[in-house]
Order: sequence, then structure tokens, then C-alpha cells
Amino acid sequence: MFSMSALLGLLSQKFILRAMLVGVLVSLCASLLGVSLVLKRYSMIGDGLSHVGFASLAISMALGWAPLLVSIPVVVISAFFLLRINNQSNDSAIKGDSAIALISSSALALGIMITSLTKGMNSDVISYMFGSILTLSQSDVIVSIVLSLIVLVLFIVFYNKIFTVTFDENFAKATGTNVSLLNSLLAILTSITIVIGMRIMGTLLISSLIIFPSLSSMRIFKKFKHVVISSSIISVFCFLLGLILSCLIEIPTGASIVVTNLTVFIICHIIGKTIK
Amino acid sequence: MSLLSCKNLSMSYDNNNALTDISFDVDNGDYLCIVGENGSGKSTLLKGLLGLMSPISGEILFGDNLKPNEIGYLPQQQSINRSFPASCFEVVLSGTLSKKGLIPFYNKHDKARALDAMQKLNILSLKNKSYKQLSGGQQQRVLLARALCATDKLLIVDEPTTGLDPLISSEFYKLIHKLNKLYGITIIMTSHDINSLTKYATKILHLKNNVQFIGTYDEYKNTEIGKTFLGGISHV
Ligand SMILES: Nc1ncnc2c1ncn2[C@@H]1O[C@H](COP(=O)(O)OP(=O)(O)OP(=O)(O)O)[C@@H](O)[C@H]1O
Ligand SMILES: [Mg+2]
Repeated sequence: MFSMSALLGLLSQKFILRAMLVGVLVSLCASLLGVSLVLKRYSMIGDGLSHVGFASLAISMALGWAPLLVSIPVVVISAFFLLRINNQSNDSAIKGDSAIALISSSALALGIMITSLTKGMNSDVISYMFGSILTLSQSDVIVSIVLSLIVLVLFIVFYNKIFTVTFDENFAKATGTNVSLLNSLLAILTSITIVIGMRIMGTLLISSLIIFPSLSSMRIFKKFKHVVISSSIISVFCFLLGLILSCLIEIPTGASIVVTNLTVFIICHIIGKTIK
Repeated sequence: MSLLSCKNLSMSYDNNNALTDISFDVDNGDYLCIVGENGSGKSTLLKGLLGLMSPISGEILFGDNLKPNEIGYLPQQQSINRSFPASCFEVVLSGTLSKKGLIPFYNKHDKARALDAMQKLNILSLKNKSYKQLSGGQQQRVLLARALCATDKLLIVDEPTTGLDPLISSEFYKLIHKLNKLYGITIIMTSHDINSLTKYATKILHLKNNVQFIGTYDEYKNTEIGKTFLGGISHV
């Protein structure tokens, strides 16, 4: 069905190679952060943030501003906001998960409204929603690569602290770790990853890049370090496979990557059940 | 000076006073047991001592060169996600992190310290086991080892044996006693377990939103309030 020459033809195209590089880096970032976010039960925050990212993208496109430069600060601010709501949700009037649902659907609605009011953007909506590698410009690629390298380095430097805070926030706080600083760092890194990844994965699907790989590796591995390493491998593998599939059979990139991730998740689940 | 002293400490949750005017001292080598009914403010006091919550008035002073990041803490079990994927060694090792300041990675010394803590609590054999697959009692020992990595001086323990069976509980208290006696670590503990309290505590703080009693265990058992609280058990 897929011939080798079609694959080689694909790989010789510059824009695909560029997208691949960005995608691999974003997949790495997303999976590393994902382990912590999933364990802290923050999975839905990723979803909310991507919708906010979509709205800010739509606004910046409509006004002709640089999309990444607008989206990143907007999403970072919303991330702080969502984390705060989530942490206070026990005693505030609106519970954390409903607050996230409110914000994420409002942002999505706002984004769609703006896109449909802006002339000549309707055709792009599908690509924003479900991802496309065609939307990446040369400067996007450079910004994305630099930012994702920063995310990776910070994650590695703070790995042990992130473990402590994820495992037991109270202990970390009690023994003098600056927990709110680390949570802010996680929020910023997550926001950056989401905004960069959104273009390739699409608004509706970027959060799966965060959630799936860590869930898959947690089926099999029981050690934090192993979970982190394996989820980054799974993430990159699924991204590459999904991207190639999407080019060969012409389906949106994000959708194809999610389906690949789902398949891997099911396989990991079965392996996890059998080795238990 | 005392290892830790509370002076006229008051703490509250949005205008609900949980603790008013608490004063007491803890000396090096003490085994202080904080007792009181449910809702009497025991956990709140520990949160204050650990800096998890700031008091509305009064102060907490650390003496003997004790720094706030040199306190070991064993939280109540329910605050931890029991299905967390981590090996016991990873969990214990994370206890050494607080002393490392800006240094991001563990060195040989930290690893040796973690192994030493596990050895003291007889859980070396669990080193590579997965935390979530342990029994409640084993998990509790792992968390105690982690706390031990964070301190040589003061261990703060909140109801350590909730949900453990009596035999495991009494072994757990024995371990804490050993840390106190053998290694000179000061213990501040809340507990509803009267048996362990009568056996090991040297000091008692009885709370009911304020201090009902503070003093040695021997004094406590002869006071009216002490007799009532210790109830049937001490006469058995
Ligand atoms: N998060 C909270 N928000 C509001 N009030 C709280 C909170 N935690 C505790 N309280 C209140 O503060 C008071 C003291 O609670 P605390 O948890 O310190 O009691 P405790 O002595 O530890 O009880 P227990 O034996 O049940 O553990 C109680 O009246 C409680 O209702
Ligand atoms: Mg309590």
C-alpha cells in the first residue's frame, strides 16, 4: 500500500522535515510534562489551555500579529489562573473541573466566532482544529525549536524537584521546596509546549500528546524514571508514525497521531495486564 | 534554648479559629505527643510548625541551629496518591532534596544517606519495589525513611498508623521510638493510639483549640484531664 518511494519522496520535502523536527521536540516536551500533569490530575488543564491558545491564535491572526508572540503570554496567564482555581477548588464556589470546562468552551467559542468573522480564514479552521504541518512558517520553526529546547533543559534540571512536588506536595513544601515556584514553572512549560504543539496537532487534539504517552507507559512501568523515559520514547515514536501516515493517506496530522497513540495505549494496556 | 518553641500561636481557617494562644517548648531529644479529640487542632498545629500554613498571630522559634528545611515530615497517608509509579528508592531519595539547595542532581552521598535510612527502618529489601504495590504498613515505612533523609534532628509525624493493623502499628511506633532513643531525633507526633503514647511519649500536649495540658507524661497521667483521656486503657 505505502511504497518506499512515496515515503522517500515525503522525506525529501523540506517542510515535512521541518515539521518533523518541531514535532519530535514538542512530543518530547509534552510527554515529559505529561507524566507530572497526569499524576497531579491536571490532564484537563492541557485541554483548557489549548482552547485558550486557539482563541488567542484567532485573535492575533485577525489583527495580523505574530501568533506565537501573542498566544504564549495569553496561555501562560490562563495557566496560572487555571492552576489557582484547581488548587482552591475545594472551597471555591465553582469547582476546578467545571471552571476548566467553562473557560475552555468559552475560549473555543470565541475563537470560532473570530475566525468566521475574519475574511478568508474559514478554510484554516479545520487545520487549526485538527492540526496540519502546512501552517508552520520558517520563523515559527525556529521559535518552536528554541522554546522546546528550553523546556527540555528546564525539565531535566528540575526533574528531581518535579518528582518530589508531584509525589507529595505537602512534604516538598514542609521541607522547604518552593512549591508555588515549581508549579508556576510547570504551568509555563506546559503553556509553551501547548502553543507550539497546537499548530501541528490541532486545538482539539494537542492535550492527547500530553496525556496518552504517560498513560501508556504507566500501564507497564512502575518506576518514575522508567515512566518518564518510556513515555518520551512512545511519544516520539507515535508522532513520527502518525505524521508519516497522515501524509501518505492524507488525513489531518493531529488525528492520525492520536489514533497511533490510542493503538499504542491499547497495546501497553494488554502488555501491562499480562505481565502483572 | 529549646529546639522549637511556640509563643502565643493562633491559627485560623477564614475567621474560624482553629487554635488560640498556643505556647509550648520542645527540647532536644523529646518525644512529644499531641493529643485531643477530632477537630481539636492537632493537624493544624503541625501545619503551622511545618510552615504549610501561616499563623495569624504569635510565633514559632527554632533553636539549636535547626533550620526550617531540616525538619522531617511524615504526612497523613491520604495526602498521597497511592497509585503513583515510583520505586521505593526514588521516594526515599527525594527526602534528601531539601538540603541540596540549587544543586539539581543527587550525588553518591545522597544515595548513601537514603540507603542508610532504609537500613535503619529494615526496608532495604524493598529498595527496587514499586511503591504502589506495597502494603500500607510498608508504604508508611518508606515515607518514614524519606522523612529521615530530610532530617537528623526533628521528625514531625501526623497520625502515622491510621488504617494499619494493631501489630504493624505497634511495630511502627517501636521504629519511631528507636529513632528517638538510638539516634537522638526529636519527635513531635499526633496520635489517637493511647497504647503507644503511654509507652513512648515523654511529653504530652493536650489540645482543645487551646492548650489544655502541656508537660511530661508522668505529670499528665496524674491530672484529671489526663486520667479522663487515657481512660480505661491505663488501668487495664
Ligand atoms: N481545610 C480546612 N478548612 C477549614 N477548616 C478546617 C480545615 N482543616 C481543619 N479545619 C477546622 O479546624 C479545626 C481543627 O482541625 P484539625 O484538622 O487541626 O483537627 P485534628 O485535631 O487534626 O483532628 P483529627 O483528630 O480529626 O485529625 C476543626 O474545627 C476543623 O473543622
Ligand atoms: Mg488531624
